[in-house]
Amino acid sequence: MKFSIQINEGPYQHQASDTAYQFARAALAAGHEIFRVFFYHDGVNNATKLAVPPQDDRDIPKLWSELSKENDLDLVVCIAAAQRRGMMDVDEAKRQGFEDNNLNEGFRISGLGQLIEAGIESDRLVVFGA
Amino acid sequence: MAVKKFMYVNRKAPYGTIYALESLEVVLIGAAFDQDVSLAFIGDGVYELTKGQKTEAIGQKNFSPTYSALGDYDVNKIYVEKESLEERGLTLDDLQHLVWEDEDEDWAEKDSIRLVSRSELADVMAEQDICLSF
Amino acid sequence: MTLLHTVNKSPFESMSFDTCLGYAKDGSTVLLIEDGVYAATTGNSAADKIKNASGVTFAVLGPDLQARGLENKLADGIKVVDYEGFVNLVAEHDSVQSWL
Repeated sequence: MKFSIQINEGPYQHQASDTAYQFARAALAAGHEIFRVFFYHDGVNNATKLAVPPQDDRDIPKLWSELSKENDLDLVVCIAAAQRRGMMDVDEAKRQGFEDNNLNEGFRISGLGQLIEAGIESDRLVVFGA
Repeated sequence: MAVKKFMYVNRKAPYGTIYALESLEVVLIGAAFDQDVSLAFIGDGVYELTKGQKTEAIGQKNFSPTYSALGDYDVNKIYVEKESLEERGLTLDDLQHLVWEDEDEDWAEKDSIRLVSRSELADVMAEQDICLSF
Repeated sequence: MTLLHTVNKSPFESMSFDTCLGYAKDGSTVLLIEDGVYAATTGNSAADKIKNASGVTFAVLGPDLQARGLENKLADGIKVVDYEGFVNLVAEHDSVQSWL
């Protein structure tokens, strides 16, 4: 079956991203396809490449990035929510005149239409938030 | 492409958190996809629709006028849960009057808001393909 | 069509659990996850509501229950699932409503 996932909260503050990650892994292990993971609201903060959590804690942004690499997951960060919160890929940072960017490998920034498309194209959409 | 039933479930009050504003942004973008869209306002979500919102003094943009534009986007199934309204001491008169124009009836103006009981709304929710919650 | 409801808030902190029960029709399943698992313990004031909701199946996410030290306090009649079970519940129902 084809699943998509929406994540409304950033890492650490809420369990939402942790639960979504465990759910995604279990879905893949069970042979399901994940069409897309869409990061919205503060959920865009899961895409940062600048997080340095303590060594004995899980690195949530890195976990997503690795899961994406291993399974060719489409991790989409909402552009409107990302712009509000200062989440930038190289191109967007350049366009806005910033020297730095902070989007982790495996994530891409795109529009809200990607969420609607995920709803249309997937058999199920599951929302994780707070 | 097959049309799916999308329900946007709004359960959070505006301004205190950003969920109401950003979910409205999804609704506006989603309208371009020609799906079967409905909005549900449940719990504190009913506060999103109050009329007379003035936000200058809190330094935030008043996005409540956008709800009255939803009819122009063919978003005209707006379910407000009766129990939630009553629990909060509100009536339909406290909410914005949202309308849409029915192309099939010579652009007659019709109410977009449907005041429904929790159990009626539960039936509508059970028919959806996608529930987007914020 | 059958709906899977998820609740991730403590019933003592938020209305989500109560609201969800109002929407859980016969044949639907309510899955308690994250802080939602606090509704699944014996003797709490939400327990009767679960008992009285006939026609609705209740499940709880085991890893969240274990994390909170409440595995031994699980009320009767609530099915424990792991993340794989969560995935199965999503697949078995027609759609999912998350009561965030």
